[in-house]
Amino acid sequence: MNTEDYTQHISKQYNSDLEEVRSHILAMGGMVERQVVDAVQSLVEGDSGLASEVISNEKRVNGMERRIDEECTRIIALRQPAASDLRLLIAATKANTDLERIGDEANKIAKMAIRLSEEGAIPRGYIEIRHIGNHVASMLRQSLDAFARFDVDLAISVVREDHEVDVEYESAMRLLVTFMMEDPRFIRRVLNVLWSLRALERIGDHSRNISEQVIYLVKGKDVRHLPLKEALKDDFKDKDD
Amino acid sequence: MDELSQKLNKGDAMTAAQSPQKQKGPKTVDMDHVPNRLEEEEICLEVKDFELFYGDKRALHGINMKIPKQRVTAFIGPSGCGKSTLLRSMNRMNDLVDICRTKGEILFDGGDIFQRGVDVTDLRRRVGMVFQKPNPFPKSIYENVAYGLRIQGINKKRTLDERVEWALKGAALWEEVKDRLHENALGMSGGQQQRLVIARTIAVEPEVLLLDEPCSALDPISTLKVEELINQLKEQYTIVIVTHNMQQAARVSDYTAFMYLGDLVEYKDTDTLFTNPEQKKTEDYITGRYG
Repeated sequence: MNTEDYTQHISKQYNSDLEEVRSHILAMGGMVERQVVDAVQSLVEGDSGLASEVISNEKRVNGMERRIDEECTRIIALRQPAASDLRLLIAATKANTDLERIGDEANKIAKMAIRLSEEGAIPRGYIEIRHIGNHVASMLRQSLDAFARFDVDLAISVVREDHEVDVEYESAMRLLVTFMMEDPRFIRRVLNVLWSLRALERIGDHSRNISEQVIYLVKGKDVRHLPLKEALKDDFKDKDD
Repeated sequence: MDELSQKLNKGDAMTAAQSPQKQKGPKTVDMDHVPNRLEEEEICLEVKDFELFYGDKRALHGINMKIPKQRVTAFIGPSGCGKSTLLRSMNRMNDLVDICRTKGEILFDGGDIFQRGVDVTDLRRRVGMVFQKPNPFPKSIYENVAYGLRIQGINKKRTLDERVEWALKGAALWEEVKDRLHENALGMSGGQQQRLVIARTIAVEPEVLLLDEPCSALDPISTLKVEELINQLKEQYTIVIVTHNMQQAARVSDYTAFMYLGDLVEYKDTDTLFTNPEQKKTEDYITGRYG
């Protein structure tokens, strides 16, 4: 299955309805990605202006979520889609929810950024924030690329990457806990950093979910909550690692 | 006052029974959806290398399929793909077409239905058929249903009464017609007529019901009634349905066969066929793309 399949319906209106859902998901994805990058930057650089921008943009993300769900509901009601069309719409509504949640997490990070800039920064945890932030932003970008191109291989690599983020998050947390024990005066501020890291880790999970939806959309296989190797054993016999 | 308190107590008892928190032990819900598996079904009809020709034109190209017992199997496909032809072959309705020849076999109850010496009348009693347009006889509702029974030599009024009532109930029509059994059947609505025809077919207790687009001439509500009926009937009968309405196939059937230009392209459990078909042609057809 490839992206062009969506332009071959007998009904041209149907083609353009589905295409619209697809492009709106990608547009929303782009917007959310910007939010994540900006939120991380505002935190690391103590830029509260940028942080408030992220917070005010959150409303637009929420608006898009509602709009995409409306479109999907309308198409399902009017067209009774089947097979790949149905999978596209189901995957789109789910990816939509994940994107909105990523937006929420970016919003949280922006709030922490404002709080930290008011309370005065601390020298610890920022490298980890920047590192994990870059990592999950790239995961999000890749999962959107996978959605745009129906690229299962790319989606699989995102799903695998999520594990690395989890490991990085664990080790960053251990570091910050040590730091809090060393100097209890900073606990409040370190907690803000820790919560931001937690938000980033969640963004990684949501990106993974979007990639899993791409796999469902293209392959028709639900790989959630399953070891990838087992879930895709029929399709990727030669690709196991 | 007493009555009121009784009512209140009753209400309490009900909520206690319904609320999951008050139940002892965790509530277990079986969420596992097990798709139908053709390999595990008991087989009713088996089509083997079946070919059918109208004159020189080959309408069916070597069809192989197994129709499971007490399940609903739907045939879908564009016009002229051979689905009605295949359906009609199952009770040798194509015998009525002069230029029609067949090759291969259709096994029913262990024997090939095309073998010499097969009693076609008996075959058609065991494999009943309902057509696209309701075709009641210009007789009373009662006589329509009793017709097949009379042909079988059943004439005892009591037996006939019982069987007619049973068949009309089976076709979900009894409540609507019980007070006018002796009125002319042509005065019924289209949906009622179609259910009457189904009652007429099941009155002789067939084993298989062949439905050739049974709902295409009906309004949506009558269609839903017939679909509901199909759902009930499959507990006793093997049902094969041809339909142009894909959503209908998806709703009523357990297995779906997609046919295209005389070939059986894909045949599997309905859930899989409509969510994740294997063949590109099937995908294109069920999603409404250029074939």
